[in-house]
Amino acid sequence: MPSATFPARFEFLDELRKFVAEFARENGFAEKEIYSLQLAADEAASNIIEHAYADVSNAEFDVTCDMRGGALTIVMRDSGKSFDASKVKQPDLKANLGRRQVGGLGVYLMRKLMDEVHYEPNAKTGNVLTMIKRRE
Amino acid sequence: MEITTQEFKHCDLVKVTGRVDSATAPEFSKALEKSNGNSRFNIAVDMSELEYMSSAGFRALLATQRNCKRYNRGELVLVAAPERIKEALELAGFTELFKTFDDVVAAVGSF
Repeated sequence: MPSATFPARFEFLDELRKFVAEFARENGFAEKEIYSLQLAADEAASNIIEHAYADVSNAEFDVTCDMRGGALTIVMRDSGKSFDASKVKQPDLKANLGRRQVGGLGVYLMRKLMDEVHYEPNAKTGNVLTMIKRRE
Repeated sequence: MEITTQEFKHCDLVKVTGRVDSATAPEFSKALEKSNGNSRFNIAVDMSELEYMSSAGFRALLATQRNCKRYNRGELVLVAAPERIKEALELAGFTELFKTFDDVVAAVGSF
């Protein structure tokens, strides 16, 4: 069960995507699925860096990958500001150009790309994001 | 990520290669804004050698498309997006907001 700690800076997203891809590849995921896993992990980490750790320098977050029963689980833990998932509006994909909102797009993609996405906010022990994708 | 901008008579061809994510998207935005800053509002974005694009890149495309289409002065079109990137754009509902072309010649010729 590989685990890694990443500095909460966008420059490390490349490493995070490699970390996830390597584990998925070892566990027999197809390249198309690996792309989806990388994108979901990137969107999740970008949200942590941008929102949970807004105005925090030298922050870090932990990522763990696990494979059980044909399903890959990515868990991300941060000790930043909790995020209220209920406040994230589903983007209106039918809206025209002028009305199209871009906020919430990352969360929307995570939900679409993964089979399950769970978020447990906790100001004391840290926030835990769990994303699961079953191998096709 | 690398970006090159080529000026044609009727449009700018912006080729973006490599990976666009939250770290590199600001530079991508800047390149697109530079075209707009030069009063170039017809833009073809060549994605043929793009490996990866997250929603940070999608946001840059959307913001530029808004700016290009204002006063009907132009539009941004997407060229040769690799399959996986196209799928992500579709998932985000972006394909309806941009014309897409299979190759650069057709895209540049469309303006």
